[in-house]
Amino acid sequence: MDFSLTKEQEMLKKVAAQFAEAELEPAAEEMDREHVFPVENFKKMVKVGFTGIGVPREYGGVGGGALEKVIAVSEFGKKCMTSASILSIHLIAPQNINKYGTPEQKEKFLPRLTSGGELGAFALTEPNAGSDAGAVKTTAILDKETNEYVLNGTKCFITGGARAGILVVFALTDPKKGLKGMSALIVEKGTPGFTGGKIESKMGIAGSETAELIFEDCRIPASNLLGKEGQGFKIAMQALDGARIGVGAQAIGIAEGALDLAIKYSKERIQFGKPIGTLQGIQWYIADMATRTMAARSLVERAAALEDAGKPYSKESAMCKLFAAENARFVTNLALQIHGGYGYMKDYPLERMYRDAKITEIYEGTSEIHKVVIARAVMG
Amino acid sequence: MSFNSSDIGAFQDIWVFCEQREGKLMNTDLELVSEGRKLADERGSKLIGILLGHNVEGIAKELGGYGADKVIVCDDPALEVYTTDAYTKVLCDVAMEEKPEIILIGATNIGRDLGPRCAARLRTGLTADCTHLDIDMNKYVEFLTESSTLDVANTTFKMEDMNLKMTRPAFGGHLMATIICPRFRPCMSTVRPGVMKKGEYSQEKADACEIQMYPVSISPEDLKTKVTDVVKETKKLVDLIGAEIVVSVGRGISKNVEEGIGLAEQLADAFGNAVVGGSRAVIDSGWLPADHQVGQTGKTVHPRIYVALGISGAIQHKAGMQDSELIIAVNKDETAPIFDCADYGIAGDLFKVVPMMIEAIKAENANK
Amino acid sequence: MRIYVCVKQVPDTSGKVAVNPDGTLNRASMAAIVNPDDMAAMEQALILKDNTGCQVTVVTMGPPPAEGMLRELMAMGADDAVLISAREFGGSDTFATSQIIAAAITNLGLNAEDMIFCGRQAIDGDTAQVGPQIAEKLDIPQVTYASTITKVDNQVVVKRMLEDGYMMVEVETPCLVTCVKEKELVPRYMTLNGINDCYAKPFTLLDYEALKDEPLIELDTIGLKGSPTNIFKSFTPPQKGAGIMLEGADKDTVADLVKRLSDRHAI
Repeated sequence: MDFSLTKEQEMLKKVAAQFAEAELEPAAEEMDREHVFPVENFKKMVKVGFTGIGVPREYGGVGGGALEKVIAVSEFGKKCMTSASILSIHLIAPQNINKYGTPEQKEKFLPRLTSGGELGAFALTEPNAGSDAGAVKTTAILDKETNEYVLNGTKCFITGGARAGILVVFALTDPKKGLKGMSALIVEKGTPGFTGGKIESKMGIAGSETAELIFEDCRIPASNLLGKEGQGFKIAMQALDGARIGVGAQAIGIAEGALDLAIKYSKERIQFGKPIGTLQGIQWYIADMATRTMAARSLVERAAALEDAGKPYSKESAMCKLFAAENARFVTNLALQIHGGYGYMKDYPLERMYRDAKITEIYEGTSEIHKVVIARAVMG
Repeated sequence: MSFNSSDIGAFQDIWVFCEQREGKLMNTDLELVSEGRKLADERGSKLIGILLGHNVEGIAKELGGYGADKVIVCDDPALEVYTTDAYTKVLCDVAMEEKPEIILIGATNIGRDLGPRCAARLRTGLTADCTHLDIDMNKYVEFLTESSTLDVANTTFKMEDMNLKMTRPAFGGHLMATIICPRFRPCMSTVRPGVMKKGEYSQEKADACEIQMYPVSISPEDLKTKVTDVVKETKKLVDLIGAEIVVSVGRGISKNVEEGIGLAEQLADAFGNAVVGGSRAVIDSGWLPADHQVGQTGKTVHPRIYVALGISGAIQHKAGMQDSELIIAVNKDETAPIFDCADYGIAGDLFKVVPMMIEAIKAENANK
Repeated sequence: MRIYVCVKQVPDTSGKVAVNPDGTLNRASMAAIVNPDDMAAMEQALILKDNTGCQVTVVTMGPPPAEGMLRELMAMGADDAVLISAREFGGSDTFATSQIIAAAITNLGLNAEDMIFCGRQAIDGDTAQVGPQIAEKLDIPQVTYASTITKVDNQVVVKRMLEDGYMMVEVETPCLVTCVKEKELVPRYMTLNGINDCYAKPFTLLDYEALKDEPLIELDTIGLKGSPTNIFKSFTPPQKGAGIMLEGADKDTVADLVKRLSDRHAI
């Protein structure tokens, strides 16, 4: 078993770290304070190629797979969780279309998402369909005369939703069949009948716009059906398996970032005449934080390696996300504690990281849902 | 013309390349001539200035006032404005003919263009950006004893060595290296401006200085570059991060904010090439715009000199400036934590101390 | 048209600088980076490539691990890379280094419309000598301290920075330009597709065998033997002691301060 990265992956890690330090970190505080989406930084991500990870070059992508996503997203997460979240969630739509799309759909939509500068979004959650994704109420009924699906319903908590150029939206094409009647549709921004609703005000990752999406007799050409009718739930669940690795990457990123800050501060901060890092109490904190973060990274990379190898990885994806998310909260909490009063102040990034970390225990499935998935997988 | 840079016995005299811009001598010329005088005395040789330009004969005598025995003047319209080609050709032609043992050049943007090109043409060594020069080994040993961590007492030196020992900082001053050029002549060195001390001017010596007009030959084929425009620009303030010198103010200016910032700006002007910064308190109070903030939430700076005026030195502020090369702090409270990281601290009222500092620095600069 | 960009791998001195007990630099403990002014040269070359489609070749002299740096520069957009590396080249000072690089460029070919870009100076030695000396040895014109470079046909116009302003210089190719870091000149990132491609781009190793027949290469013009300058002593300045509180807060105090600053050449 070889845990080393390839030369190219090392270079990706380096450029992601440079990018995070030079572009993302300086913007993180303002993004958090003003709740603004980082338009310029997203353009720069496109230019470097981060938005094309996991999609072949013929569609404007840069190749690579889950491991490359983990490398980039976790480097971003060290410096700016909002940006890590934006990239991680953006990548779901192009990877989805790449996996299930027809050649025509790939030709039409992928270059815009990978290198064209348009943001992608994944719209599954509804006010009454959170953990219970099967309770989706949005419908997409085929109008046979015009060969269009007529989309009606409301989605909520959709990251980047109102700003996205291309969205993968889940709706019931055959409401009688319930879950088996769910399908995935590619929806373009600006389609008549599709409007963005409320932009949520959140506890953390404030710069990633989380929006309500409203569909009122919104007509989508039948050619935008992703996969087959009735395949929607399967597509959604597979997308979530991949997305959870992305959240795991965000979680290890923010934990590593907080750990770095805690180590630096405990060497600099003098109390009782010596750096607090010389106190065993602090050393034990740091040791725990470092060990658990290493464990989290190992789980996330293992799940990513399985996905890239084309092997089943649902269980591992759920495990890595559960563990990495809980660790992100654990580590950001202790890092803030080590900073004492200064950590509680907005001068230091710890209080922001503490708030940002919390989302990883909630989105793309709560920790509790993951335990259900894991228990089902191991207990049969 | 026979020239062989390894025939070191054929070389004598110390030369200083005297740079002029717009027909005026540079301060560096006077520093270098003064330093060159010292070296010539150690070596027991003549000190000769070499001045290139057009209609510059009149400024040559002044160099004598600082110690040049003779000034070689090369006058040609093609030498009025510096070009690499013309200056390299003339300096090398004259050097090949006259065979100086040492050539000192100011490490200005012009000297550092000319020096390496000439050294390559003369097939000899050049040491860049020197801050200390010795010929006499006794003086060098003295220098090492004072300015290095070497165990000088237990090291043997060849006291008869008469090579020019050129000492220069490397790695941003973390290391010092003394370089010699034992097998080739002339031994060339560019010297950092402002480091060598300008000596006393003597009108008598200036009058006695010999001026030698030296014929030059420059043909159009020699000139491959053309200067189409020379523009003078006062240095625009660089941003904090790249600044050589930062003068920062803190809550201590609250008594009179306008005056406090005014004083910081004047002090920055006195230093020259300095930028004004502020602590978080100053930025939060709106006294300075946010891009002036130094510290954890602001910028991390490591200038050559950092001056903290009325800044207490909270850990967030120190995080942004403690790696500065030299820190000066002025604060009324002598227990302020800023003094823990300051090289020089003055416990006093900045409104009284800073005006005196401005005056003293201006006087010191005028003195140079 | 081809632009050669000469780069050097240097220890990153922006953080802590580690010094061995004998006064030499502990390079192993410091990260290796591309010399910052060389990155400016690289960016200037890539800007010209964006505008003209010219070929950009990165050249370095150094030990074999420098290949990693060259691959990164190709991932940023350089078309090909040349590593000059041989035991015989070790110990070279600026004179010998420029001799070898000039020989390598002669070997690779310098055509009428070509240019060579270097950084102004390297942060390890700060000599600013290798660029002009390459130019002299290739007998081509040089312009140092360039902040902007524009090219129309074989005519190059350079804004050359001075301490108190700048001059505009016209020069014809082939020529050598040394570049300064400018706030506006931000080196670009490697792109992810650049990373995918960089190991497939042409990479040339020039060792002693490859260059030994070049007229510039003689055993007494390269390496330690070919270096006119030698290090006589290297040492660390005395440790920065704990700070001192100056006495009083009056004219004498200030005069004392200014004297100390002056003695340290700080002003």
